[in-house]
Amino acid sequence: MSDGPLQVAGQVLSTKRVGAYHHLTLVAPGIAERTRPGHFVALATGGPDSGLTLRRAFSIYKVDTRGVYGGTVEVVLAVHGAGTAWLAVQHPHTPVDVVGPLGRPFSLPKDTQRGVSATLVGGGYGSAPLFALAEALRSRGCRVDFVLGAASADRLFGVLDAKRMASTVAVTTDDGTAGTRGRVTDVLPEVMAAAHSDVVYACGPMAMLQAVTAVAARRGVVAQCAVEESMACGIGVCMTCVLPVVGDDGQTRMVRSCVDGPVFPGDRVRWDDVGTVPAGTVGAPVAGGH
Amino acid sequence: MSFHVRTVEPPRVEAPHIDLTARLGDVVLPNPVLTASGCAAAGRELAQFFDVADLGAVVTKSIMLAARSGRATPRMAETASGMLNSIGLQGPGIDAFLEHDLPWLHEHGARTVVSIAGGSVEEYAELARRLRGAPGMLALEVNISCPNVENRGLVFACDPDAAAAVVGAVRRHTAPAVPVLAKLSPDVTDIVSIARACVDAGADGLSMINTLLGMALDLDTMRPVLAGVTGGLSGRAIKPVAVRCIWQVHAALPQVPILGMGGVASGRDAVELVLAGASAVSVGTAIFHDPSAPVRVLAELTEVLDARGFTTLADAVGHAHRQ
Ligand SMILES: Cc1cc2nc3c(=O)[nH]c(=O)nc-3n(C[C@H](O)[C@H](O)[C@H](O)COP(=O)(O)OP(=O)(O)OC[C@H]3O[C@@H](n4cnc5c(N)ncnc54)[C@H](O)[C@@H]3O)c2cc1C
Ligand SMILES: Cc1cc2nc3c(=O)[nH]c(=O)nc-3n(C[C@H](O)[C@H](O)[C@H](O)COP(=O)(O)O)c2cc1C
Ligand code: FES
Repeated sequence: MSDGPLQVAGQVLSTKRVGAYHHLTLVAPGIAERTRPGHFVALATGGPDSGLTLRRAFSIYKVDTRGVYGGTVEVVLAVHGAGTAWLAVQHPHTPVDVVGPLGRPFSLPKDTQRGVSATLVGGGYGSAPLFALAEALRSRGCRVDFVLGAASADRLFGVLDAKRMASTVAVTTDDGTAGTRGRVTDVLPEVMAAAHSDVVYACGPMAMLQAVTAVAARRGVVAQCAVEESMACGIGVCMTCVLPVVGDDGQTRMVRSCVDGPVFPGDRVRWDDVGTVPAGTVGAPVAGGH
Repeated sequence: MSFHVRTVEPPRVEAPHIDLTARLGDVVLPNPVLTASGCAAAGRELAQFFDVADLGAVVTKSIMLAARSGRATPRMAETASGMLNSIGLQGPGIDAFLEHDLPWLHEHGARTVVSIAGGSVEEYAELARRLRGAPGMLALEVNISCPNVENRGLVFACDPDAAAAVVGAVRRHTAPAVPVLAKLSPDVTDIVSIARACVDAGADGLSMINTLLGMALDLDTMRPVLAGVTGGLSGRAIKPVAVRCIWQVHAALPQVPILGMGGVASGRDAVELVLAGASAVSVGTAIFHDPSAPVRVLAELTEVLDARGFTTLADAVGHAHRQ
């Protein structure tokens, strides 16, 4: 029980605009101590009388065990629909129920593998969980290089953080308003070559994760990808957040991304088949059956 | 600026001055709050938030004979005060359930109501046979909101004869001491006639309500949101439908115990279903919003009953009919 998620009656400490995003800091004691890079939190939104039924999932950007007001959890959010719009405009002290840390975090190279070269790829707010990861990697003696991409300059997050931590930082935008015009995968092969990359970590849109997995595979490297699937509960009880993943036995299963992910080895996810139940999946409908 | 923040502690569950004993057929539960099938998996995940043995019982996700992948995604859409789901009964199949899930619940002191689902009368009967004598199983809930593959996919719960055939078969293959609850769909013209058919076929109690069939369109793609096109509506939005169904069935069949569900998110909601005629109440979609909802609802229900002068839960069951 001690390592599992907590449910905490948290409060907003601050909200701050960062480019196109909102940086939200919540007082939520107890969660920081259990958090590892890649974990996420599920927040109740809309306040006590809200008609918003489902939790909203956010990657954990930072945690602090010792904040002045008790442990804090920070997330970076893009306004999408009603829940994120509500979170973005809350004032300090607004109660927000927090469940976390949730999911399987990024796996770190074993301590003995000092000198591992890690390339971290973030798309849009998908960079949020990568900075704590970079710190953890560096404390294990790993080399860290960043590739950050977004549609436009205001949708890049954490370029300065990255510069502070990494050997190199490459930036791309679709519209060329910052860095190289294009996609993260346009520059990733060069970054990986220069860094003699041993492992790739990626978080961002599904299409980006698929493309990063392919680029990494060409160099014989596995990309650990943090996926984003639509979630209702975040804790593993509803079965809404599934995607087709190949197991150790070679069989495809519809796997819950909230408890078995969000981090998956990219070569195990059947990216082309996300949103379907591919033929041959364990328990898939057969002709004449269900 | 000061911040007072607390970890959400599972509320204290016992209130000594109210007898919360709940009866479902021959089974006696220490309290009337259960989980709803499909909203608590098989208990393990929720045990991170509260002790599953504190509940009246855990109702497991409907299990079928074989492993099921479920449907494609998107499988859910949030709607006003509720949600649509189209999971397609994803599950590991009865063998894995008997090997891993039921023993886990038993070891952790949970009372368990096993929910079963099938595509034919024979599949339900076989499930009942496989579950016979399984340690830790207190009662069986029969999810009859499934398409009958032998009759053009007509949902069992929508046809009194088909519903009765399933319930009768399950009752015959289940140990007499284990109550069989038929879970009814509200998507019927006359829920009382379906309820009566199930009771006549041997159901010891009725669970109601399952989700209502609904649908949502995405205005950007102008296509259905759910991969499965239609889905089941649940959550606070459907509570009035649950109250109506429970009221009608309790009025017609006052001796038949009802496990009520549909939109219960607070103790007040739970008491409303009890006053309409439910002997116990399941919490479903509210768990997605608040993983400790079942124990919170139990604590609140105790207070709500107390504030109205009830000393036993039994006195409140169907009380609205006697006012
Ligand atoms: C593991 C994980 C990490 C995430 N990290 C971040 C982050 O760091 N920053 C950020 O801005 N967003 C993040 N998201 C996406 C974020 O959860 C959604 O944007 C948000 O839930 C949308 O809520 P809404 O009320 O604004 O939109 P609505 O569309 O109204 O949401 C309705 C429902 O759908 C679910 N939903 C809708 N879109 C998504 C989505 N893309 N992913 C998951 N659930 C969705 C919501 O939870 C809610 O239940 C993450 C998602 C996951 C699964
Ligand atoms: C995601 C989800 C999955 C469900 N799965 C099942 C199921 O497997 N078997 C079943 O009998 N009912 C299932 N239900 C229906 C619930 O048990 C319950 O009857 C219904 O949701 C109404 O209660 P609620 O509003 O409290 O959720 C499911 C509901 C949801 C939301
Ligand atoms: S979000 Fe509910 S099981 Fe993953």
